[in-house]
Amino acid sequence: MRMRTIEISVGGFMLAGVLALLVLALKVSGLSLDSSKQTYTVTAMFDNTGALKPRAKVVMAGVIIGRVTEIGLDKHTYMAKVEMEIDSKVDNIPLDSTAAIVTAGLLGEKYIGVSIGGEIDYIKNNGRFEDTQSAVILEELIGKFLLGSVNKDDQ
Amino acid sequence: MSEASDNFIEIRGLSFHRGDRAIFDNIDLTIPRGKVVGIMGPSGTGKTTLLRLIGRQLRPDAGSIIVDGQDLDDLSREELFKARRKMGMLFQSGALFTDLSVFENVAFPIRIHTKLPEAMIRDIVFMKLEAVGLRGAWNLMPAELSGGMNRRVALARAIALDPAMVMYDEPFVGQDPIAMGVLVKLIRMLNESLGITSVVVSHDLHETASISDYLYLIADAKVIGQGAPDELMNSDEPRVKQFMNGLSDGPVPFHFPAEDYRSAILGQEV
Amino acid sequence: MTGLSERLAQLGRFGLEQIQSVGRSGIFLFLAIFSRAGFSNRFSLLTQQLYSIGVLSLIIVIMSGLFIGMVLALQGYNILIRYGSEGAVGQMVALSLLRELGPVVTGLLFAGRAGSALTAEIGLMKTTEQLSSMEMIGVDPLKRVIAPRFWAGVIAMPLLAAIFSLVGILGAAMVGIDWLGIYEGSFWSSMQSSVRVVNDIGNGMIKSLVFGFVVTWISVYQGYDAVPTSEGVSRATTRTVVYSSMAILGLDFILTAVMFGDL
Repeated sequence: MRMRTIEISVGGFMLAGVLALLVLALKVSGLSLDSSKQTYTVTAMFDNTGALKPRAKVVMAGVIIGRVTEIGLDKHTYMAKVEMEIDSKVDNIPLDSTAAIVTAGLLGEKYIGVSIGGEIDYIKNNGRFEDTQSAVILEELIGKFLLGSVNKDDQ
Repeated sequence: MSEASDNFIEIRGLSFHRGDRAIFDNIDLTIPRGKVVGIMGPSGTGKTTLLRLIGRQLRPDAGSIIVDGQDLDDLSREELFKARRKMGMLFQSGALFTDLSVFENVAFPIRIHTKLPEAMIRDIVFMKLEAVGLRGAWNLMPAELSGGMNRRVALARAIALDPAMVMYDEPFVGQDPIAMGVLVKLIRMLNESLGITSVVVSHDLHETASISDYLYLIADAKVIGQGAPDELMNSDEPRVKQFMNGLSDGPVPFHFPAEDYRSAILGQEV
Repeated sequence: MTGLSERLAQLGRFGLEQIQSVGRSGIFLFLAIFSRAGFSNRFSLLTQQLYSIGVLSLIIVIMSGLFIGMVLALQGYNILIRYGSEGAVGQMVALSLLRELGPVVTGLLFAGRAGSALTAEIGLMKTTEQLSSMEMIGVDPLKRVIAPRFWAGVIAMPLLAAIFSLVGILGAAMVGIDWLGIYEGSFWSSMQSSVRVVNDIGNGMIKSLVFGFVVTWISVYQGYDAVPTSEGVSRATTRTVVYSSMAILGLDFILTAVMFGDL
């Protein structure tokens, strides 16, 4: 009888442990079990990614529509080449849409925000955002601001 | 003792040291098959150590120990555990497994070494418990037993697999006269009815002498006397005489602090 | 001069003794793990040990995880709110729990709760000659007593660490979202965008597995090697907690350097 309660509680413990791992993987890291989700690949070239990381989200109108998969340097143009996967359901991004690297809050994560253009044609698989906006580098911004105020003082 | 096969245990040239102190210095000892052999000596002479050497829980520094024709030196770890099944040992404290009931304690060696059905194990356990007079206590836990009962359960466990030999480590220590009498009777009975070779390590002279066929007297790391109990009783050897008669003063100083004891050993060697 | 050479000799002897004890514990572990167990009820032995090592450690692990998660959320909020990035609390809590605090704190609790109990239990079995009598019955105590305890420790520790991290994150969510009013979406999404399954959860689990292995090893060996007196057992228990804690913190640095060194 006592052995039975021990076995039940050990079973419960093991289940709880595995379940905890599962929840960690799904809820905390946002791993999607739904691997059959259809995506298409789009690239964009940036002057400066400002420490954008793979797996950063791609957002349109505040809604997540994809994730960054790869970031590399294009040797010929000296620009950062960012590859991202976009949900196939969002297949109507106009060709002249803008991809911008945005920061959530002052210290928050970097992500790619897409603002819609006006073209009738849409970006296809392996297409690219022609219009991009690099990350805002805090130091540059501060530098510009200081320079601006110094100039004001001169006048 | 004429032929080797008549002896269950043969110990030749055994030496064992603990630190700088010699516990045994080149001793020979023979335990004949089917006999009760008493090993006696003052406290602190390493009698328990001898049993551990026989069970190979300790390794001797020199010399050989042959148990039932097998030299313990030749055995691998696995074979050693097999050889130990032939030996039952009754520890001084009983050493019952505190997390198991009396029944499970006695059943333990049977479950480990055999694949007998549960009903048969039950029968054997009750038979062994009956032999030590504790069948009624089968469902108690070791903590609920008195010291004497504890040791009797341990004895039932030691004989559960019908070993060829049982070693008793100080079986009479801390027992009231009745429990002591019960144990004396049990040891003798087990020897006679089952033919179990018995080694009794003790310093209780009278009880040990009364059940033993043959006695060894150990002191100062040597065997100082051996023979049948009445032979030893009438021995002229001064140290044997002192021990057998229980004199407090003599060549062997009894129950002295360790330093004095050691200096006494050194004094005799010079 | 003789004093110096004597001291040198002492130092040498001490070093050799340390190396010897490492060697002995290694052989001990090898024998316990790799020898074939010859009895049928191995499974129920393991179950019993999983109960006393794992299930009985659950309460302390859950309570500690909950409070540590709550404290992390409070502290993180107070700092991050100055930069208007309080949404990053989720990310901070999750990463620190999964990478560091989960394995390390669970390991320390595990050493204190289960490790010391293991050492004391085995040490007492030795003191009361139960291990000796087991040997004389023909059962290897390494297989019967040590092996199931060792494996139970190795299995239980990662599960406990996972539960600890999860409870900590839930505690942080409770404090952060419900009490401090962090926007729920940014709390979870900042977490999800920064936590990676292999790098963070996987490495954390590897850490806790290593800690479980080492702590249980130290615990069972100290018990088995204890001087069979009440004082010897109490010393062995102390040694278990001290050595385990030092091993956890030292190993944590090494593992972190290897796993996250290039980040």
